[in-house]
Amino acid sequence: MEQVFGNVALACGLIISLGAIGACIGISLMGGKYLEASARQPELMNELQVKMFILAGLIDAAFIIGTGIAVWFAISTFLK
Amino acid sequence: MSTGHEAAEQAPNAGAYVLHHLGNLNSAGHPQTAIVDFSIINFDTLFFAILLGSAGIFLLWRVARVATAGVPGRAQAALEILIEMVGNQAKGIVHNEQSRRFVAPLALTVFVWVFLMNSMDFLPVDLLPALWQKISGNPHAYLRVVPTADLNGTLGLSVGVLLLCFFYNIKVKGLGGWVHELFTAPFGNHPLLYIPNLAIQIIEFMAKTVSHGMRLWGNMYAGELLFLLIALMGMAFPSLPIFGGSLLWLGHLITGTLWALFHIFIVVLQAFIFMMLTLVYIGQAHESH
Repeated sequence: MEQVFGNVALACGLIISLGAIGACIGISLMGGKYLEASARQPELMNELQVKMFILAGLIDAAFIIGTGIAVWFAISTFLK
Repeated sequence: MSTGHEAAEQAPNAGAYVLHHLGNLNSAGHPQTAIVDFSIINFDTLFFAILLGSAGIFLLWRVARVATAGVPGRAQAALEILIEMVGNQAKGIVHNEQSRRFVAPLALTVFVWVFLMNSMDFLPVDLLPALWQKISGNPHAYLRVVPTADLNGTLGLSVGVLLLCFFYNIKVKGLGGWVHELFTAPFGNHPLLYIPNLAIQIIEFMAKTVSHGMRLWGNMYAGELLFLLIALMGMAFPSLPIFGGSLLWLGHLITGTLWALFHIFIVVLQAFIFMMLTLVYIGQAHESH
């Protein structure tokens, strides 16, 4: 049983951390591009901001789904 | 944000508290054990979803009934901003005038409904469950108040959108046209490519629907769980001496407030994204290859 606990803990850590790496790189790339774009064309700032938030939600999706599943695994294993 | 009545009365451990809060009030009488079980109906998800849906429609109807062409009140102005926002998004995504007469109000309804369902997260996590335990007379009664933190609720919504996509595919392209598209897009019209095309199309529809529903569920589930953990932190205060205990209690107030504030952003954003994706998927059903 201890080995199952350890494996589930490792798996949940991997699911969340790898997803977080991807989501963070994605968000930072997009945020940087957004700042560059709005420095170049400040009049587009509001329009771009809305699109950026939508994309932030989309980029987050895989990570959040992974987190939800990992938390689900963790709860069903550790909180029995 | 929680008073932890339940814990104070029976002093369960942290695991039992969280697990109890993640159990649905369903027709089986105990939390679902199998991953997929279509014989169980989650009454709490259904009840709150229908209640909030009706409340949202009633609110919109009330504002629309007293709308004037003169100086608008605050409610009317807010609703007009909302309708204009949704209308503009719909115009940019769904290019069919006739479909838009149905799709734009649908998007508005979806946005308001999902927003209201997500907002149930702001209620203290123990408030409604504790009330329900008092009313039903069963101190172990299960209740989950956030319909979108239940995978069944969000996947139900996204399957509804999928069915609408099928409907518009058939309506716009005709049954023959759609079947033709299923077998010839995206790779091309060649007998050898029929099977790969169909496989890709099926995968595309499944991926869209599953990610549509699970994106909302993941956000709300993780948010609800964090509220539960914060409530646990506040609940742990009798276990420490007075100084450490009051720090814990204070910490749960502060972190609960911060997370609730941040959660306002997530709630609105996720409702907006759900609405946008609904529009995008239905818009895609109008495009022919």
